[in-house]
Amino acid sequence: MRNFLIKRLLLSILIFFFVVFIIYLLMRCMPMSYVETMAQQLSQAPGSKPYEEWLLQLNAQYGLDKGIIPGFFDQLKNLLTGNFGDSWKFTVPVVQKFNEVIWVSFTMGGIAFILELLIAIPLGVIAATKQYSRTDYAVTVFALAGISLPTFFFATLLKLVFSVQLGWFDLVGLIGRDYNHLDAWGQFLDKAHHLVLPIVTLVVISVGSLMRYTRTNMLEVLNSDYIRTARAKGLSEKRVIYHHAFRNTLIPLVTIVGGSLPGLFAGALITETLYAIPGIGWTSYQAMTAGDIPFSMFYLSFLAILTLAGNLLADILYAVVDPRVRIA
Amino acid sequence: MRDNMDNLKGKTSQDFTNPVRPQQVPETAAKRHVDKLLEENRTAAASGGNGGDQEYSLNDDRRVKVLSPGALVAKRFFRNRLAVVGLTILAVMFVFSFIGGLLSPYGQDEVFFREELQLKEFAGATMNNEYRYMVADGQEFGAVLQAQLGLVMGKEDSFTYKNVTYHVTEEGPELYSVDVDGVLVAMAYKDIINPVATGATFSFDFSYNALRAYAHGESTFQAEGSIYDLDDGGTVTLNGEEVAYISRLIVQSKTSGTVISRELRERVAEAIENDETEFTLTTADGVQQDYALEYDAATRSWSIKQETPTRVFDSYTFPSAKHWLGTDKNGMDMLTRLMYGGRVSLVIGFIVVFISAVLGVILGGVAGYFGKWVDNLIMRVVDVFYCIPSMPIIIIIGAAMDGMRVDPQVRMLYLMLILGFLGWPSIARMVRGQILSLREQEFMAATEACGISVPRRIFRHLIPNVIPQLIVICTMSLGSTIITEATLSFLGLGVKFPFASWGNIMNDVTNSYVLTSYWFIWIPAGVCLMLAVLGFNFVGDGLRDAFDPRMNR
Repeated sequence: MRNFLIKRLLLSILIFFFVVFIIYLLMRCMPMSYVETMAQQLSQAPGSKPYEEWLLQLNAQYGLDKGIIPGFFDQLKNLLTGNFGDSWKFTVPVVQKFNEVIWVSFTMGGIAFILELLIAIPLGVIAATKQYSRTDYAVTVFALAGISLPTFFFATLLKLVFSVQLGWFDLVGLIGRDYNHLDAWGQFLDKAHHLVLPIVTLVVISVGSLMRYTRTNMLEVLNSDYIRTARAKGLSEKRVIYHHAFRNTLIPLVTIVGGSLPGLFAGALITETLYAIPGIGWTSYQAMTAGDIPFSMFYLSFLAILTLAGNLLADILYAVVDPRVRIA
Repeated sequence: MRDNMDNLKGKTSQDFTNPVRPQQVPETAAKRHVDKLLEENRTAAASGGNGGDQEYSLNDDRRVKVLSPGALVAKRFFRNRLAVVGLTILAVMFVFSFIGGLLSPYGQDEVFFREELQLKEFAGATMNNEYRYMVADGQEFGAVLQAQLGLVMGKEDSFTYKNVTYHVTEEGPELYSVDVDGVLVAMAYKDIINPVATGATFSFDFSYNALRAYAHGESTFQAEGSIYDLDDGGTVTLNGEEVAYISRLIVQSKTSGTVISRELRERVAEAIENDETEFTLTTADGVQQDYALEYDAATRSWSIKQETPTRVFDSYTFPSAKHWLGTDKNGMDMLTRLMYGGRVSLVIGFIVVFISAVLGVILGGVAGYFGKWVDNLIMRVVDVFYCIPSMPIIIIIGAAMDGMRVDPQVRMLYLMLILGFLGWPSIARMVRGQILSLREQEFMAATEACGISVPRRIFRHLIPNVIPQLIVICTMSLGSTIITEATLSFLGLGVKFPFASWGNIMNDVTNSYVLTSYWFIWIPAGVCLMLAVLGFNFVGDGLRDAFDPRMNR
């Protein structure tokens, strides 16, 4: 177990190194980068230096005058020593900006995830126990429709129905017009109110795959021999399904849940952009399109670490939950 | 024995479809037996000459229907109602996109125009509130004198400047004349004499007498040896012919080269008097023109706007017989764009999946077959790809292409390459996993013993066994690729105008006016997108069930 962990950790570090390098390479090769855009703007001011001079000066100022490889190692050193620098677009320290926006995304993702579990697992189990029944078809269609719905289309439909036609929610934004005049409880309610549509969007879009997964696993378990044995013993159907079968269905589910926990920090880029929720997804989208290297590097390497940690966590959890799995 | 050999040979490719699954082995063995018997029967029937359409006894082998594994899969697939629904949806979408585009009478980027009456600034009108000065022929009355006159008007009847005394006479309301020792020098007035003939000017004598007569309410006046008639409206006629008219309203044309007709001027005066905001004027040639009148308090002027026909994009027209789904903001036919958009979305989906499948199969096959360090290397690359968040990367590249102003057509190509390149790791992982277990099977030992070359072993004997799973994974990822492309196009980073794609058609809803008022712009595109993806998912799901031997329906 320990050897396995060490090996996995070392591999993760190697992978992380390459991922960060690729991301840095991409950011540096971007034409019309942040610095070039800024130099162009500055050189257009009346009586200003020409574009080339500004470019040179700004490149030196932002540390882009080095080659890609030395620049990358500088960046890597900064990342590893926790010196993340200042965001170019938001002109505040990267960590500060990150801290401002991450919690909205985390709350949104967390609530959506819990709702997904609460909806997907019971429905998936029911669909599997009544395979090929009308319920099963309904659940399958619902799940596949959820998977097939493009986020932006579904979000727009929700906006049209609930914001425009019914007027229950604001079209976009996290806080209402009179947010500043509300007391603490009112502010909380206001934010919660604005998060309803984004969370519904997230849940409907992603509940499908979890539901399908639960159904497939449950079917697999229900087809196994020990379930037949349990039935043969004369146990009630309820006990067979919810005691014997369901527990074993949970094994792969736990790994999925464990694996997707870090993903909660990743934010929902499209949903946040559509609802103009100032979460990490939206912020990083703005940073990336503006070519803000420090922020994008921080966010993307953060995501990479989360993914690696998630994979590792899933493996460990699998071994913890299922004693039959021996990690070599 | 020979018979048996032939049989084996004929069945090889089919048998290899599912060698992993032990459940299938007895089934195929039985089938082989049946096949053999059938073969014997057929030869017997051929030699005996009695045809096949006779009644068989109950335990006759010929009553058993024999299906190849492929036919079994097809049978299972078509028994799945959802899969059939999905297949139908896909067929409809394909016909709609690929044949619909040919049938549509319009082009993808054909712009429609319409004539629209737009109010355009035509003229401005002001009431003259400033005194104007006119100097008699051969006299001097400069700016200083004008200022002096302004000071005394209505208060005193004379002023002195440079030892000359000027007498001021109030001839009527807001009409003053100045004389020096009985000789008229100048006059100050507010009513303006407009000539009927364009470009005509009037002498001081004429103006003075006309204005005086107008102020006094006289009906005739004499000037320059002629007798003019003057009516209440201020029209001056000479021998029944209109010469000029007096009015305080100044109407100036805003566009050069247009002459404000007298009718218009009078109509404007009337409209201002009656506080009208709109009026219609029929010109001499019988053309009816609509005008709008707006008062601007800040400049104390009226602006006269004329409705002029203008050629504009026929944008956001509601569905009609001509445009079944209306037109978009650029005045292009929505239905046609939807068809071409479907073509782009589907073609991009197929090419992307094809690229990732080819890469994934080759790399996954190689990794799985060789194992050891090759496997390790390729799998670590796969891990790296898994770790790179794909959406942010595509967004960065999209923004970069925006910066480089890549041609939309080339951009589409790049998009396919990038999406294809980012998609291969999951396929490679699946292929490798399958091949790891397949290569331990006996038939691989057989290929090795036969001395078949390695590439042939991988691609002829291993990969065909992965095809079922490959088909399923490809069908499923077709759906997700189409969604990814649409999302990118929706964000403005994918397929660009003038090319249509279901995503960039929906891009218009970022304008909330379109969202609320023009459903026909975005709902059809969204529904098409959803249906296509749903079709792929239904079919993929059905295929997975059909290929799975444990599913016995």
